[in-house]
Amino acid sequence: MSDDAKIYGLLAEFAGPDELVRGAREVSKAGYRRVETYTPFAVEGISDALHFRPFAVAVIFLVAALLSASAGYFMQYYASVISYPENIGGRPLNSWPSFVPITFEMGVLGGVLGGVLGMLLLNRLPRYSHPVANVERFRAASSDAFFLCVESSDPRFELDRTKAALRHSGAIQVTEVPLES
Amino acid sequence: MDSTASETAPILPPDLTDDSITERITGIVVKRKMGYGWIGGFAIAFALLMMFNYAIAVLFTYGVGIWGIQVPVAWGFAIVNFVWWVGIGHAGTFISAVLYLCHQEWRTSINRFTESMTLFAVACAGLFPILHLGRPWLFFYLMPYPNTMELWPQFRSPLVWDVFAVTTYAIVSVIFYFVGLLPDLATLRDRSPHRWQRIIYGILALGWRGAGRQWSRYKMAYLIMAGLATPLVVSVHSIVSLDFAVGIVPGWHTTIMPFYFVAAALESGFAMGLILIIPVRHFYGLKDIITGRHLANMAKLLLATSLVVGHGYFTDTFMSWYSADPYDKFITADKFTGSYAFGGWMLMILDVGVVQLIWIRAVRQSPIALFFIAILANVGLWLDHFILVVQSLHSDYLPSEWRMFYGTKWDWMTLFGSFGLFLTLFFVFIRIFPMVAMSEMRGLVHKKPGETKEAGA
Repeated sequence: MSDDAKIYGLLAEFAGPDELVRGAREVSKAGYRRVETYTPFAVEGISDALHFRPFAVAVIFLVAALLSASAGYFMQYYASVISYPENIGGRPLNSWPSFVPITFEMGVLGGVLGGVLGMLLLNRLPRYSHPVANVERFRAASSDAFFLCVESSDPRFELDRTKAALRHSGAIQVTEVPLES
Repeated sequence: MDSTASETAPILPPDLTDDSITERITGIVVKRKMGYGWIGGFAIAFALLMMFNYAIAVLFTYGVGIWGIQVPVAWGFAIVNFVWWVGIGHAGTFISAVLYLCHQEWRTSINRFTESMTLFAVACAGLFPILHLGRPWLFFYLMPYPNTMELWPQFRSPLVWDVFAVTTYAIVSVIFYFVGLLPDLATLRDRSPHRWQRIIYGILALGWRGAGRQWSRYKMAYLIMAGLATPLVVSVHSIVSLDFAVGIVPGWHTTIMPFYFVAAALESGFAMGLILIIPVRHFYGLKDIITGRHLANMAKLLLATSLVVGHGYFTDTFMSWYSADPYDKFITADKFTGSYAFGGWMLMILDVGVVQLIWIRAVRQSPIALFFIAILANVGLWLDHFILVVQSLHSDYLPSEWRMFYGTKWDWMTLFGSFGLFLTLFFVFIRIFPMVAMSEMRGLVHKKPGETKEAGA
């Protein structure tokens, strides 16, 4: 299908968030998998309709926080017990209660740095440009327009049939997304 | 009285749409011309900032001897200002993180404001410990780094915990702020009339497109960050309080400190929030987005924290009597009858007494009244930290050492100069970033009436 190769996909605009969720569910039910929505705020129900769970982000936060907290504790342990042991009135060198605050702060710091970086990288950000931005109307996606894009790389993608399916699912306008502007 | 002034006003105007909220908030940033009001305000703030720079330049030239500090009062304005500014930062994180986790939807109108306030307050706070160092050019000794002297910071010292806590707090606040701003930066990129604006906001927005999977990961990250910021905000001022509580100075050495410091921090932050929000909503015509109900809710939080602070005063005084420790009893009695008695009474009148006016509905609904109560509360809290630091130190174990502390003009210039830094940053913020979190507001607009929880009653 040489025609389909030239376009990135079909961009369907919906009237509002509820229509978009309904549309996304139908498109998903019709068997399309390379589907993405573009909305000006986090619409509830979209993740379910797209069968997506942001599990990886949570795991990255947890792992980063635990690693960073351990590193924070080890730093204090190393300084106080190995590198510069000092006997103060016979108190234990590994005085763990006084190491708790820094361990906690390091855990939060590492968790947030790692988690946010992970979130951005999984979202493929920062990114210079994206084919959907070739559609002039797409600018409104950050203010008040709700889009759904079926990508041409989807195995079930056929220009006319997909267009019809999108119209059927409630789209008010369907545009072809060119690969190059 | 118009409907937006009422305490029962809806948290959003009913005619607000995705487009109108976007147009109004982005318009302030990318279209509105700089008015004389803004230029005048900025000029005053900037002049104060220059005074701050001058005071710091003199300080770095001649050393901390230009300040009023002396033995036994070796901790003076710098520490007082540090504690006060860090505290102001706390309410921002509280509103952003704790109220987010509690689904208090009214926070959406004001969280961007208070997060900005947090950043700028922490920027002011972070300077003071460095200014306070006798040799500020060696500030990096506070950080653990590999060095040829093979020395480490003393990890058992609260002063070192403090470095980690405040640094972590500053970094996490910046990231939290930026992540919250990301979708709004994308909106600014798409709505700016000029190419140079689109380029700058485009770079800052990192290519955000609002894809469903992006939003999903974003929300997850935001939720977890709020979860991490909640214990963080409690830990930071607790650790600051340990700078005092771990010392054996009478008046400092008590276990009430972390609890009471966090309450005082939140109180000063809510007060500062009101001080900033009330004029801005007036001058930028945002009274329908930040309604009387938002102000009343903020005022109630101010009232609640002031009661906790009052409880702290009571417990502190009671425990000092109950402990039967002669030194502690002396310093507590001295607070109300000694040389600093005026401050000791004044601080309670201002940060607990005056705030009780908020019980009256008419006061709660009057922005002007709230504005002045908030200013007085913050003066009271500054005095509170002043009395805590100075009065406890000025008469310690050795009566031959006792000495009064008097701030010099450099002390006062540094204090008022720091307002210059804070306000300059704030004036810049309202020109370059959207004042209200637009993407979250859109989410609220689309909630069905039944779903919107009646918050803050």
